[in-house]
Amino acid sequence: MVKLIGKGVYSAIAIGNISVIKKSYAETSEIKADDKNKERIRLENAKNEAVSQIKKIYEKALTDAGEETAQIFDIHLMMIEDEDYNDAISALIDEGYTAEYSVAETGKNFAQSFADMDDEYMKARSADIKDISDRILSCLSGKKDDNRSQRENLIICADDLSPSETMSIDRDKVIAFVTAFGSPNSHTAILARSIGIPAIIGMGKDFLQKLTDGEKAIVDGETGELILSPDKETLEVKSKKQAEEKQEKALIEENRGKENITLDGTRIDVFANIGNPQNVISAIENDAGGIGLFRSEFIYLDKERYPTEEEQFEIYKTVLSEMKGKKVIIRTLDIGADKNVEYFGIPREENPALGLRAIRLCLDRPEIFETQLRALFRASVHGNLGIMFPMISSVNELIEAKRICDKIKNELKSDNIPYDENTEIGIMVETPAAAVISDKLAKHCDFFSIGTNDLTQYTTACDRQNPYLDKFCDTENTAVLRLIEYTARSAHENGIWVGICGEMAADTSLTEKFLRMGIDELSVTPSFVLRVRDKIRKTNLKGHPGK
Amino acid sequence: MKSFQYVIKDELGLHARPAGMLAKQAKNYESEITITKNDKTVVCTKLMAMMGMCVKKGDTVTVAVNGADEDTAFDDIKKFFEENL
Repeated sequence: MVKLIGKGVYSAIAIGNISVIKKSYAETSEIKADDKNKERIRLENAKNEAVSQIKKIYEKALTDAGEETAQIFDIHLMMIEDEDYNDAISALIDEGYTAEYSVAETGKNFAQSFADMDDEYMKARSADIKDISDRILSCLSGKKDDNRSQRENLIICADDLSPSETMSIDRDKVIAFVTAFGSPNSHTAILARSIGIPAIIGMGKDFLQKLTDGEKAIVDGETGELILSPDKETLEVKSKKQAEEKQEKALIEENRGKENITLDGTRIDVFANIGNPQNVISAIENDAGGIGLFRSEFIYLDKERYPTEEEQFEIYKTVLSEMKGKKVIIRTLDIGADKNVEYFGIPREENPALGLRAIRLCLDRPEIFETQLRALFRASVHGNLGIMFPMISSVNELIEAKRICDKIKNELKSDNIPYDENTEIGIMVETPAAAVISDKLAKHCDFFSIGTNDLTQYTTACDRQNPYLDKFCDTENTAVLRLIEYTARSAHENGIWVGICGEMAADTSLTEKFLRMGIDELSVTPSFVLRVRDKIRKTNLKGHPGK
Repeated sequence: MKSFQYVIKDELGLHARPAGMLAKQAKNYESEITITKNDKTVVCTKLMAMMGMCVKKGDTVTVAVNGADEDTAFDDIKKFFEENL
């Protein structure tokens, strides 16, 4: 058994046989042609053939993968007719080159110019140009569309797959894609997600050499594992996981696209908690209405120095644009306690959970805080941003944090840098103090998000990382529920909204209680979104409280 | 010649799909239609060149229409921007 690791882009498991794909046409051999006219005609015929192939793929994509995926091929049809592209090919033929060389060279140049662009989306488009050029080349070589082997349950492995290769593959036979290269924005990744089969990208350039065609293998899109010749035990574990996933998927499909509405008509938001920008995909896949908690710590934890404003801006901007106008709540730096980073140089503390952490650290070192806020406000014009401060325990802390926000906004204004004036400012309610004075805090912010993990730990004085305390940590703790209820009331009396973003939010045995308290939003791990939605849709708030 | 200025509102900017639609539409007129961003001008029938401009959300572009059917083309193209970008 051999285990190879890449980056999973669609969480599902597939068990089948390796099928290695290598590009069929090699380097174009002949460079100079004798008869320019003959080359022009050959090109014309190959292009016509390519166009009709793409049209067929478009039709197939439309039925198999839907309108959005099919659009890619509509764009290919337009690209293949692009004036500059065709002029460049013709110019080379006029200079006496073969049609093959002219197409290959033009394709390479155009693809390169897109790859060099300063924009992730445009960079990814270079694959489209390679794809149409490859297709014309394949038509020039007189090859028909590839009909892949007769075998079934294929795990397609390749250096990279072009969109049309991905689409032409017989879906009944293919159960997963694994590629050496690619990004989460690449076509392989997007198509795999839209078709709903697991894919792993970024296996590294030599990975094809480690494979044997026809070898049995497992693909786990969640962990990014490609397991070759799995042993019996692994096979059993993964098969079980696969069965559970199928059940889960059925539930998901049933609830996808539906509203979070109770039987009696109460609507609430169900958002997703994420820890890094890659998770956005999983939030969208699971139909989350927004991001209720984006933990910004990873930006700091990944590094050995403070992240720059620019680095942070790019990340926030990406997440905001990918959510396309849906709410994205980004929590400012929550470092300290169990999440410590050496370069911050936080002195050793007797009691880190009660120490210099989160907003306290930010107010203590405003330069770190200001860099983050500047990046956040700059990104605010790219979507619907909410900024949230962690670990607030007094009104003064909130006022001070907001004063720094105003300072940053004024700086941006005088630098003529745009930001969204309506960016909502909220706080985590995760200390008992914040819950108890929530009536006062509500007058100074736009929303509350209750962090039940810390709130429980601080309310019950139970260290959540101490395994001996498990039996004392009652998650349905009445004290905590009372604090949540009071916080919700304070919020509504002051006209602001209130959500829950801790573990409790995903506990469906508490959903009805929260709905009765008037909680406006629940933010949960992406894979729980539809489960919570399912629970909401089965709840009736009229009449007696149910269990 | 008629022209108008437009601030891009689409989250992804002038990406492949609207650029493709625009290129298709621009071919319907006798007039030459161009798009300009920061002194760089591209004819709207050229899809890849337009994508190469990297027009993003918040960018201001100038669209110019010049030719026999410029009145109709102007109205249609302006409407296209308002609806798709």
